[in-house]
Amino acid sequence: MPAERRIAVLLVLSTLAALGLAAVYVAGGQPQLEGALLGIALTGIGVALILWARGLSTEGAVIAERGPLGGVEEDEEAVEERIEEVTEEPGRRSVLKLFWAAGGALALSAVFPIRSLGPAPERALVTTAWRAGARLVDVDGRPVRTDTLQVGGTTTAFPEHAEHAGDSQIVVIRVEEGAIRPRPGREDWSPRGYIAYSKICPHVGCPVGLYQADSHELLCPCHQSTFDVLDGARPRFGPATRSLPQLPLEIDREGFLVAKGDFDEPVGPGFWNRER
Amino acid sequence: MTRGARGGTMTKALFRWFDERLGASHFTRKALDKIFPDHWSFMIGEIAMYCFVILVVTGVYLTFFFIPASEEVVYEGSYEALQGTHMSVAYASSLDISFDVRAGLVMRQMHHWAALIFMAALVVHMCRVFFTAAFRRPREINWVIGVTLFILAMMNGFFGYSLLDDLLSGTGVRVGYSIALSIPVAGEWLAFLFFGGEFPNTEFITRFYILHVLVLPALIAGLLGAHLAILWRQKHTQFKGPGRTEDNIEGSHLWPSYAAKSIGLFFIVTGVLAALGGLVQINPVWLYGPYDPAQASAVTAGSQPDWYVGWLDGALRIFPGWEIRAFGYTVANPFFPGALLPGITFGVLYVWPWLERRFTKDDAPHNLLDRPRDAPVRSGFGAATLSFYTILFVAGGNDVLASVFKVAPESITNLFRILVFVVPVVAFFVTRSACRTLARDKVHPFGGAVGSRVRRTAAGGYEEVDDDDPPKVGAVVSTPEADPYRPPPAPGS
Repeated sequence: MPAERRIAVLLVLSTLAALGLAAVYVAGGQPQLEGALLGIALTGIGVALILWARGLSTEGAVIAERGPLGGVEEDEEAVEERIEEVTEEPGRRSVLKLFWAAGGALALSAVFPIRSLGPAPERALVTTAWRAGARLVDVDGRPVRTDTLQVGGTTTAFPEHAEHAGDSQIVVIRVEEGAIRPRPGREDWSPRGYIAYSKICPHVGCPVGLYQADSHELLCPCHQSTFDVLDGARPRFGPATRSLPQLPLEIDREGFLVAKGDFDEPVGPGFWNRER
Repeated sequence: MTRGARGGTMTKALFRWFDERLGASHFTRKALDKIFPDHWSFMIGEIAMYCFVILVVTGVYLTFFFIPASEEVVYEGSYEALQGTHMSVAYASSLDISFDVRAGLVMRQMHHWAALIFMAALVVHMCRVFFTAAFRRPREINWVIGVTLFILAMMNGFFGYSLLDDLLSGTGVRVGYSIALSIPVAGEWLAFLFFGGEFPNTEFITRFYILHVLVLPALIAGLLGAHLAILWRQKHTQFKGPGRTEDNIEGSHLWPSYAAKSIGLFFIVTGVLAALGGLVQINPVWLYGPYDPAQASAVTAGSQPDWYVGWLDGALRIFPGWEIRAFGYTVANPFFPGALLPGITFGVLYVWPWLERRFTKDDAPHNLLDRPRDAPVRSGFGAATLSFYTILFVAGGNDVLASVFKVAPESITNLFRILVFVVPVVAFFVTRSACRTLARDKVHPFGGAVGSRVRRTAAGGYEEVDDDDPPKVGAVVSTPEADPYRPPPAPGS
């Protein structure tokens, strides 16, 4: 097929596709058709242009000198002279220094409003909404009772009245009574096999949501750190460097699970002042 | 007078009107005669530029409908599976664009595809410039601007991806926050000031929005303009070839053939993006659900970011559980793969032209390009670097690989921890020796022998055969230089 014929076919196709696109839009729209027709309309013009370009010029490759790129001594010296004119007199030079000082001070003072962008970190990273006696509730506000979970079961919980506190979410797991190997000082933190850890991965903060009951492992779905639930959620594998903070639990007189207090360490990813 | 002639007269009149007011003809005349080399690899940067144009056009359309707000609403749009769900206004408006704005889904998907291909074109364009040494004097400034453009584009992709406030993107923002938090000394303040407080909070969507639609695009457009202006001033590089020197340039004139080809390429790029946007689903946020940090139990394995941040995610995954604790301070684990690695990556990219000069002692201006084989060590280093980031990228899918190949994620991760060091070393030596072999044997990797062909004349002498003459089967091919190890063509062949 001669080039002109091919170009003509492409442009007719493109025109039809464009009209079709308008029709599809008016008729209510259909994503696949819209994309396909717009694609045909545009690609048709594009290919036609390139075919057309081939026939436009018969001159073939042309060659030309680049010409110089700077390096003309006379120009360079003239520019340098004009610039130095300003600082020739000693008086002018000291005024110029004052200009620099004023500009620098202005730039420095313009930095301060950045402080308005956010609150001071203060204690925000080391405290959560957990308080002694706070009931554990699920995301819909239903309290967690001693009979809520089967052995091997797990649920996500929050402090009552703070169901949207992102830093306070915990994963509650029920394991066989006596299976837990508590750390010193944590012997009475997991009544009747109920044990609770912060659900925020100490690596980069993903929710540690996958529990494998047979191996008693919590797994972070983002970067595959695994934590040993029976051994204080110590990291077994992956990039996490710390155990999940454990929330001390007890059972109140009505059979509800409650916290004995806040976590004894910051939850979530590490930072410079974490130990302070 | 025919109609065509009258059309021509009108164009002329219009041009003269402008010329009398702006004096445009001198510049236009020079511009139309500007010479552009004809090599396919010079088109890759243009593809990136055209993707940016499409990003701006589709992006402006999306801003008419997207609402960057984190207030909670109950969804009542036409996507049944999420009706009655509590979600942010931003996520709800993303669903509206996808389901209730006519042509909105195509625009949204074109925008996302354009971003993915923009980043890919930038990477390939950078490789082209690196492996052919187009960054050498006098083009160091454009190399630095190019690296900056790449960083800005990557950041803007991340901000845009985060705006939709779906479960997957919210997880990405959380990771970004944690990396900021891990920076020594200033991390807490940096994270609190940039994200507006402890994560999760309601500030980041409005901040990311203005960065995504104004600040970063304006920076990109400005630097892109500078990139092109400098290119225009310095003129293109060109590959070595007959008649080509450091002081001349060979190619086609801007007008008409190059302009028509380039505009044609623009239409094709846009057409392909439109077809992808309509036919190939990308980032189906309605399947992920809204981001609610208090309900983020729905995050499951198979959470991967967009491809151009995959190397960072992979680095986070395979970096061992190490961190520095001393004198009561902590340099937390994510700092090393999340902040130090990109810092080193972009730092080395920025200083590469000067770094290489320290070793080659070559400070001369270059307009003729190297072929990759002309500099085996540079090419080897480039291949090693590419393979390093490719391994990190693949490691970002370690959970997917583990489930596909039915192996423990631990084994896959340990494998990548080894491969990420071994493969680049192998890539370096293989590439270096391949380059040396190619340079010695003068064989083109993708197509037989190169060099000029000579023909033995009836009188017994040799004459050069025209390069455009297609080689005939059995034709004698020889190199331009005399090659003492190659026997002369047998008589009569």
